[in-house]
Amino acid sequence: MEIYGETLSSRLFLGTAQYPSPAILQEAIAASGAALVTVSMRREGIHGSGAGFWNLLRDTGVRILPNTAGCHSAREAVTTAHMAREVFGTPWIKLEVIGHADTLQPDVFGLVEAAKILSDDGFKVFPYTTDDLVVGERLQAAGCEVLMPWGAPIGSGRGLANPEGLRAMRAHFPELPLVVDAGIGRPSDAAAAMELGLDAVLLNTAVAKAGDPVGMARAMALAVEAGHLGHRADPMERRDMAVPSTPVLGLAELT
Amino acid sequence: MITIAGAGLAGLACAYALARRGGAVRVFERADTLGAASASRYAGGMLAPWCERESAEDTVVSLGSRAFDWWARITPVHRRGTLVVAPRRDRTEVARFARRTSAYREVSGAEIGALEPALTGRFDRGLFFPEEAHLDPRQALADLATSVTQHGGEIHLATPAPPRVDLDCTGIAAALPDLRAVRGEMAILHCPEVEISRTLRLLHPRTPIYLVPRGGGTYTLGATMIESDHAGPPTLRALMELLGAAYALSPAFAEAEVVETGAGLRPAFANNLPRLDWRDGTLFLNGLYRHGFLLAPAMAEAAADQLMEMRDENPREFRTA
Repeated sequence: MEIYGETLSSRLFLGTAQYPSPAILQEAIAASGAALVTVSMRREGIHGSGAGFWNLLRDTGVRILPNTAGCHSAREAVTTAHMAREVFGTPWIKLEVIGHADTLQPDVFGLVEAAKILSDDGFKVFPYTTDDLVVGERLQAAGCEVLMPWGAPIGSGRGLANPEGLRAMRAHFPELPLVVDAGIGRPSDAAAAMELGLDAVLLNTAVAKAGDPVGMARAMALAVEAGHLGHRADPMERRDMAVPSTPVLGLAELT
Repeated sequence: MITIAGAGLAGLACAYALARRGGAVRVFERADTLGAASASRYAGGMLAPWCERESAEDTVVSLGSRAFDWWARITPVHRRGTLVVAPRRDRTEVARFARRTSAYREVSGAEIGALEPALTGRFDRGLFFPEEAHLDPRQALADLATSVTQHGGEIHLATPAPPRVDLDCTGIAAALPDLRAVRGEMAILHCPEVEISRTLRLLHPRTPIYLVPRGGGTYTLGATMIESDHAGPPTLRALMELLGAAYALSPAFAEAEVVETGAGLRPAFANNLPRLDWRDGTLFLNGLYRHGFLLAPAMAEAAADQLMEMRDENPREFRTA
């Protein structure tokens, strides 16, 4: 798939927080085959002091997508994005503007505002948004060439809370890359998102907090691939009654 | 003479292990007060291998199990267990914690109240790890230094180590290529009206915390885990999370005096496990991460094994300082 003119080798993006150790994170990244990993700038970013951890991530060779997790205003997010560009030398930024500290729901107003400022400044913005179509349009108008709607609240592992909303999004933005970001708990959730025709899945807690993060990373990779292939193969329609797959014609009439 | 750089937890534990085996040890410490520059100053001092297993490898349990007796020879060890609770809305965290750990029993709200009357009615489910213990980190470090001296070891404060030493235990100051810092922020509360007698862990999906009683109504509250080598004072966000969690344990903590806040840097390798490394004739013990008091005994004994063997095989190899 292509985003901002760059070809990505996988449809799974991985967050890097909350792993038992960076060594396990490195193994999980390898097992997931992720094309992108996101890194939080906000907390670890004070004075560029997270270098030890970032160097371990760089060692994996995987492309880094810094994020503005933990920012509660457009202004804060813009400042953090600039810091990220300096530290990682990339204009790619996952834009999070959090509206509510408890639910971590995006503040879509601040999001659109920050997306505009950053796009105008040459950033390639990956906005963490809801499945609201109008917000999606505003983000696109602000310069975003990808949208990242939530599946469910961050870290909840509830899967796709509103699959119809995501389906509508796909229909409304047929050409724009759509990445389900947040809420994925199990491989079946990731597969379900891909079966809806979305382009990729971004997840973190589901792998980081699994009993075996490396095993779960591999499971997620397979699920994303399965869901994507399934969608492309044009699944059959669901029916309310059984339809035998062998012909009925010619069966003996026993009554 | 075996020379050691660093009189923090790792350095003193090694000095003790060596001195007890009859090794002549000399420890050099930059700081002019014992423990002033040591990450262990900000530690919880929990001996909690089974709880730690939630996010650590089995090694933590196997190496940590010998810590209880080791420390009991040196400093008071309070073996009162660990009580793990979660707010009602985060109760799935208890189930997750239980799946990843062992050596606990599930406790009801009534049992929680029986164990810690101050928590009566606050939580309806928890886990109790009866074998776990805690000690007072600052007291333990002082007692450890005393034990080193009693066994004939020398500790030189405000004295930089010579350029080459036999054992380097300088924590995050050691220039090891794959060593990183994981910042931890903590607070000390004084709240005589709340009586809690054992270590509590409050589970939360983002900010789990622990509270360790120090006696006399004093409690250590910790700790954040941030991938950062910034050594400055705690942030407002960290303190909000820590103090908010204490309030969630018991609203009576609202009246606590916050007598100290601090931040330390945990030295950690990529797998978050400690390691012994020989480099140019110096043995490095580092990477104790958040398991200093738990794993220092096993690592110090292992370091002493290697150093004593070296000394016996080739006494001239050892430096005189």
